[in-house]
Amino acid sequence: MATMNMIQAINSAHHNAMETNEDIVVFGEDVGYFGGVFRCTEGLQNRFGKQRVFDSPISECGIIGTAVGMAAYGLRPVVEIQFADYCYPGYDQLVSEAARLRHRSAGDFTAPLTVRMPTGGGIFGGQTHSQSPEALLTHVCGLKTVIPSNPYDAKGLLLAAIEDDDPVVFLEPKRIYNGPFEGYHDRPLTPWSKHPDGEVPETHYTIPLGKAKISRAGKDVTILAYGNMVHVALEAVKVSGIDAEVIDLRTLLPLDIDTIVASVEKTGRCIIVHEATLTSGYGAELSAQVQENCFYSLETPIQRITGWDAPYPHSQEWDYFPGPARVARALVRAMEA
Amino acid sequence: MKKTPLSLRVPEPLTRPGDAPDFSYVQIPPAGNDKKPAHNAPVSEFNDLSKGIIRVLDDAGHPQGEWQPTVSADTLITGLKAMVKTRAYDDRMMLIQRQGKTSFFMKSTGEEAISVAQAMVLKQGDMFFPTYRQAGLLITNEMIRGTGWSTFDMMCQVLSNSGDKLKGRQLPIMYSSKDAGFFSISGNLGTQYTQAVGWAMASAIKKDSKIASTFIGDGSTAESDFHAALTFASVYNPPVILNVTNNQWAISSFQGIANNPETTFAARGVGYGIPSLRVDGNDFLAVYAASEWAADRARNNFGPTIIEWVTYRSSGHSSSDDPSKYRPKDEEKAWPLGDPIDRLREHLIYLGEWSQEQHDALEKEMKEEIMALSKEAQKLGSLTDLPDLPMKCMFDDVYKDIPPHLQKQIQRIERGE
Ligand SMILES: Cc1ncc(C[n+]2csc(CCOP(=O)(O)OP(=O)(O)O)c2C)c(N)n1
Ligand SMILES: [Mg+2]
Repeated sequence: MATMNMIQAINSAHHNAMETNEDIVVFGEDVGYFGGVFRCTEGLQNRFGKQRVFDSPISECGIIGTAVGMAAYGLRPVVEIQFADYCYPGYDQLVSEAARLRHRSAGDFTAPLTVRMPTGGGIFGGQTHSQSPEALLTHVCGLKTVIPSNPYDAKGLLLAAIEDDDPVVFLEPKRIYNGPFEGYHDRPLTPWSKHPDGEVPETHYTIPLGKAKISRAGKDVTILAYGNMVHVALEAVKVSGIDAEVIDLRTLLPLDIDTIVASVEKTGRCIIVHEATLTSGYGAELSAQVQENCFYSLETPIQRITGWDAPYPHSQEWDYFPGPARVARALVRAMEA
Repeated sequence: MKKTPLSLRVPEPLTRPGDAPDFSYVQIPPAGNDKKPAHNAPVSEFNDLSKGIIRVLDDAGHPQGEWQPTVSADTLITGLKAMVKTRAYDDRMMLIQRQGKTSFFMKSTGEEAISVAQAMVLKQGDMFFPTYRQAGLLITNEMIRGTGWSTFDMMCQVLSNSGDKLKGRQLPIMYSSKDAGFFSISGNLGTQYTQAVGWAMASAIKKDSKIASTFIGDGSTAESDFHAALTFASVYNPPVILNVTNNQWAISSFQGIANNPETTFAARGVGYGIPSLRVDGNDFLAVYAASEWAADRARNNFGPTIIEWVTYRSSGHSSSDDPSKYRPKDEEKAWPLGDPIDRLREHLIYLGEWSQEQHDALEKEMKEEIMALSKEAQKLGSLTDLPDLPMKCMFDDVYKDIPPHLQKQIQRIERGE
């Protein structure tokens, strides 16, 4: 075991994967010599050489498109999009190509690639360094979408994503790269070294895709959250004093609906939390599935606590961000109703 | 038959941290060497012009050859002032960022001649589609035309304070000023390139006389938008200047990651059938002349021009970057095309129109002006002292009118949800 922040855990996953599988190649903007603007690929080029780890031209279309071609050849590319906000020029390659290749060729060609991208805001990055585009990914059949909430999960999920035979988008909530951010921007961040999930094995392990985790067991309300919002939800439980169960989805698609249903049937109340904008966000899918599966157990309406439907505003980012106070108030409402 | 094992070429810069800077890959022809073609010259005349470097000022600051612009000493002095002011602005705002009063900043140090000279050449009504590294366009526009955003407005935007005309919405340096002919900057690289072509097409469709000019960095020419823009420009022949600022770096990636060293960024334009020039971007006279040539060409309905500016990004990529991690220390001091401010100063001194004393006084004056402006701007707040914008402000301008579903969200906020 070692103490790792999320960046180190992601880096460690790359090391483990590349040591055992020569078909893994890693590329993206600034990932080679420099090791990525967030340092997730630091040291990889030195260790595994330039034929397997290299800088790419600034073309997300090129990054994902060439990764599809490499995957079709038989490699396992693990590529980085510098910020999720920049995946759009590569979206066609992701949606029309990577996600569809297996189906349209009846399994003749496949695209087992992993596309990593830092997601979310809270870093005063303005509208083009803060977005959470997960709903644009989960809407695409053929893609899997993963989002870890801590270093231990990040490593295990990333290794599972790399080993998965389908294309996987791996979203990295950048606000929690260095510590579990509870939503108080004016307080110092607790580093991962002080958190049990900062304990990460140096050796290979996987966490299966499609399995949620109960971050906190509780009996009164179910909170569905993922990525950085898991920590906001846990804080909201503390603030409100309400005995809520917090489910960390970990994989958005395929979704672990069984864990969700079991929890909501127990609590009869459900709050969905995400940082992305509300309308047609992933919360809409979650809400629909909870309603379809748990209608007769629900005692109060499902609530969605999310970012507002505005481009992530630079100076007003803490007005936009669904912090613990908002989630706590939702918990109170859920119990009152 | 023996099979040759293939291998991937992964380009590397000549030097890395710890090495002595080496710019031997930049072939620098003598100043005054190049012909100035007619505005309607066939694209075949640009084979050499897109591969070499068009230079006017020689190493002694003397102007040479056909590309010498007809420009008064006063105009040059205005250009010098705007460059010095831009540099003072950059230095000051970076300091303010270091003090935690804003989240982010980017400088254009070493590249000032490009935006300043081109702003002087274009006219009120034309439209720039810039990147984040052309603050000099706005600063120069204020100086010579007094329209659109002022330097003070720029500072307020960087500080996200109550004077910010963009209401705190945008990342610092993502300015926007229609009156200054400065299109709203996007954080997504390359998008402005196609938009500029479209704007210029519109000007042609409406039989107008306005032209567009857009900028892109060496690294960002890899984006599809660059290639789409060149295709549209080559098909419809719109009045647009397509600038490529080759400052050698794209964050940590050297320009060899964006282009094959056998060719140049400008030469790509020739492949699209577009007249293309490769120009010393640190030579104010060459920038002025090439910009004027391209602007006249566009205005006379001869169509687009690509200009690759050979320059060097002297500062880090942004306030978040540490270039000592990927390039030799002091590389900027070894850059063979020198510094644009020093070179224009030397030229003006050679003309007998300027002196070192005047220059020192100018630098001091600009520093003080910027300092005073920034103090005023900080009185309107900063990131550590943000204006109290009502929460619902973030819903303004999402649409022209606030639709019902956003009204509902505002109500949720007002209810204290
Ligand atoms: C679509 C997109 N991809 C990636 C980025 C991240 N990014 C911002 S600036 C930059 C480097 C750009 O280099 P270059 O085009 O040479 O311009 P310079 O910064 O040198 O002026 C990168 C990769 C982005 N902003 N947008
Ligand atoms: Mg560059």
